[in-house]
Amino acid sequence: MLKIKQIAYAALRQHGEQTYPHECCGVLLGHFDDDGANSKTVTRVAKCGNTRADSPHNRYHIDPKELIEIQREARDRGEDILGFYHSHPDHPAQWSPTDLAEAHWFGCSYVITSVEQGKPTATNSFELTGSDESDKKFIDENIDVD
Amino acid sequence: MDRLCVPDPNFQLHLLAYHSILIYMPKIQIPSPLRQYSGKQSSVDVTAKTVAEALAGLVAQHPDLKRHLFADDGKLRAFVNVYVNDEDMRYLQKEATALKDGDTISIVPSIAGGCEPQRSKLPFTTHL
Repeated sequence: MLKIKQIAYAALRQHGEQTYPHECCGVLLGHFDDDGANSKTVTRVAKCGNTRADSPHNRYHIDPKELIEIQREARDRGEDILGFYHSHPDHPAQWSPTDLAEAHWFGCSYVITSVEQGKPTATNSFELTGSDESDKKFIDENIDVD
Repeated sequence: MDRLCVPDPNFQLHLLAYHSILIYMPKIQIPSPLRQYSGKQSSVDVTAKTVAEALAGLVAQHPDLKRHLFADDGKLRAFVNVYVNDEDMRYLQKEATALKDGDTISIVPSIAGGCEPQRSKLPFTTHL
C-alpha cells in the first residue's frame, strides 16, 4: 500500500503535465510504515530534472548528485526515500521493460502517470520486489490518496 | 633553553610515519533498499584510507551487501554510483580515491527508465 498526501499526489501528476511531451521524474519522500507489510506514507515529493536530453519523450534519468542533495535534506527532516515517480507521455501508466531493467531500489515504489495529450490520466504504483537483479519484478501496489 | 624549542632532527621522518599510519573513518550512507542488509543502519562507519578500503570494510561488516554492490567478477555493479561527498568517484581516482577526515561516501543505485524500449534502426527502408 502506498499512502500519499493529496498535495503530493497532485504535485507529481501536475509535474507530468508541466513537462509534457517529455517525461518528468522525481522522488517520493516520507516514511516506511511499521506494519510488516512494507506500506509507505508519502508526505512530499521532490521534483527532479530529467537528464536524458537525448530522448526525454520516452526516457528519464535522475542525476545521482541531485538525489544525494534530496536525501541529505530528507534525512534532516527525518524522512526517507520511498521511491520515485515519472510520467509516460501518451503511453499507459504501466511499467515498461526499460523501467524494470533500470529499476534497482528494491522495496521501493515506482509511480507512473500517463499523460495523454498533455493531461494526466491514470496514475499507478509498482513495488520492486525480489532478492536481487536476477529475480526482480514489479508488483502492483494500491495507492491510497489521503 | 626550553626543551620544546630544540629541533628534532628526525621530525620529517616522524611526520612521514604519522601519515603512513593515519587511517580515517569515513561515513558510508546506505540507501533505503540496502538497509535490510546493513542491520537497518542508514550509515556505517568504516576505517579506510581509500574508497576501495571503505567499500571492503563495509562488506566485511555486512557480507550480505556484497552481491548487491559487486558483480561476480568483483567489480562494482554498473548501476551503483559511489560519491565522495558531492563528487562522483569515477571523476576522481575511482576506487583509489583517497579519503580524508569527515568525508561521506554515498551509495546511490541509479534511477532511470522510460515508457518504451529503444527501437533498433531497421537495416532497410521501404518506400511505397
